Amino acid sequence: MIEVQHITKNYGRVTAVDDVSFRVERGEILGFLGPNGAGKTTTMRILTGYMPPTEGRAVVAGYDVFTHPIEAKRRTGYLPETPPLYPDMTTREYLDFVAKIKGVPASERKSRVETAMERTRITDMANRHCGKLSKGYRQRVGLSQALIHNPEVLILDEPTAGLDPKQIIETRDLIRSLAGDHTIVLSTHILPEVAQTCQRVVIINKGRVVAVDTPDNLTARLKGAATMYIQVDAPGADAGAALAAVRGVTRVTSADQPRTPLGPDAAPPVASGPLAFEVESEPDVDVRRDLARVVVTRGWGLLELRPVRMSLEDVFLQVTTEEVPEEAARA
Amino acid sequence: MRNILAIAEKELRSYFASPIAYILIGLFCLLFGWFFYVYLMAFVQQSEQMMQFGGGGGANVNQMMIRGLFQNTAVIILFVMPMITMRTYSEEKRSGTVELLLTSPVTDLEIILGKFIGALALYAAMLLVTMLYMLILFKIGNPEWRPIVAGYLGLLLMGGCFLSTGLFISSLTKNQIVAGFLTFATFLMLWIINWLGESSSPTTREVLNYLSITEHFDDFAKGIIDTKNAIYYMTFILIGLFLTAKSVDSERWRG
Repeated sequence: MIEVQHITKNYGRVTAVDDVSFRVERGEILGFLGPNGAGKTTTMRILTGYMPPTEGRAVVAGYDVFTHPIEAKRRTGYLPETPPLYPDMTTREYLDFVAKIKGVPASERKSRVETAMERTRITDMANRHCGKLSKGYRQRVGLSQALIHNPEVLILDEPTAGLDPKQIIETRDLIRSLAGDHTIVLSTHILPEVAQTCQRVVIINKGRVVAVDTPDNLTARLKGAATMYIQVDAPGADAGAALAAVRGVTRVTSADQPRTPLGPDAAPPVASGPLAFEVESEPDVDVRRDLARVVVTRGWGLLELRPVRMSLEDVFLQVTTEEVPEEAARA
Repeated sequence: MRNILAIAEKELRSYFASPIAYILIGLFCLLFGWFFYVYLMAFVQQSEQMMQFGGGGGANVNQMMIRGLFQNTAVIILFVMPMITMRTYSEEKRSGTVELLLTSPVTDLEIILGKFIGALALYAAMLLVTMLYMLILFKIGNPEWRPIVAGYLGLLLMGGCFLSTGLFISSLTKNQIVAGFLTFATFLMLWIINWLGESSSPTTREVLNYLSITEHFDDFAKGIIDTKNAIYYMTFILIGLFLTAKSVDSERWRG
């Protein structure tokens, strides 16, 4: 649905986007993740036909945004970083105007405006001037503006910025409900948002794509070696050593959180309680079965066994900081 | 065409949603009314004198009053027009709404023409209100209507030149004040460019006179529609719109 091929954008001598390529399939939600100034907005502006790339090309809904801008724009809805509202128009007037310039036929215009307002829950603000709306409502009017012509592709630049937690949840639900019919690219700097809404993530840093994958794969892959969290009830035994002896295990570290007694006269923590370990293993070796067998055959209690995932935050920090030495080497 | 009208309507609506349109129309009418009164009084005095001393064919309203009135209106326009155009592009750039326009399935030309027509419609409304004064003239006297129509056509064309220039200047900056002041300075230059001609060679004088935007208005004020002048104004408007298109396009590339 969207195909970005080797896009580069220079502002004078500054390179904002450097050889970026990715694809978005029909009905997919793609998250665009990166620190401020990474080139997210520039890439989105190129996709929407706001500005041409210095090099490379972008195809949206089957049309090259540079050679067939009108066709591509007709199929694209765009919410810029700041919602593009006219302060002296009412919400309804504004959406009506947007519908006109987006090419919605006159007969459908009224119903489209109403539908867009309902979907984004702004109907009660229909007759309020855009300039008098709160930040959250402005953002939602911006979103309904992007939806009004029912575009195949939606490009949303930080759609939840400035919303309160309830509105954020509503907006994410809305975005998820739009997937399928629409192909969505959204940028954000809120990491859990990507994990919750997006099927795939593009992490961009200093104008370059540093990772493209599903949020799950990213967190799993970037951990390097697989890590398991295991909790066993093994009174008086050296469970750590036993676990370390399992084939494929490279390292065992204690992951015990000190258990603080609740009352003043409760017993001090002793080794008789459950023990927790983090077991690292060689990649591609699933040690879970062996770990379980070791515990069970010794008659210990297996309380918990689960893979440890890196949070997207860790991944993000890792990929964006990994880039630093390379940058330094190039400079 | 549909897009052009949608944008023109939006522009016109935004003039009337803010105080701009009312201030402009009110101010313009006030000044026009003042000149109207002054010229009318002068004319009445003159015609009385002519009656007393038995002047030939009597006084001609068109010649003695309306012509001067139109020429002074042209001066008012010089001051008023920058206020119409100064925000057209700069405000959209500042508030980010230009992103909406440039990512919508409309061409740059449609946007520019829409904005131009919107501004021209406001200007036409201003001129329309001044026609009330002319009605008074028809009520108390019998002026010829053809020269008046020619005068209004001249005002509309000359105003169009100012608007297209103003639109271009507004497309260069995010700052309304800068746009307004630059526009005013440019108009003033176009106005007085032929003053330089007084002391220079005949050829230079000819060229400078031709360039001066007011020089071409004199015929219209007299009630003469000369194609030479009409073509000058049309060309001027087209150049202004063309430069705006280039400016918007280059802005796109520079980002």
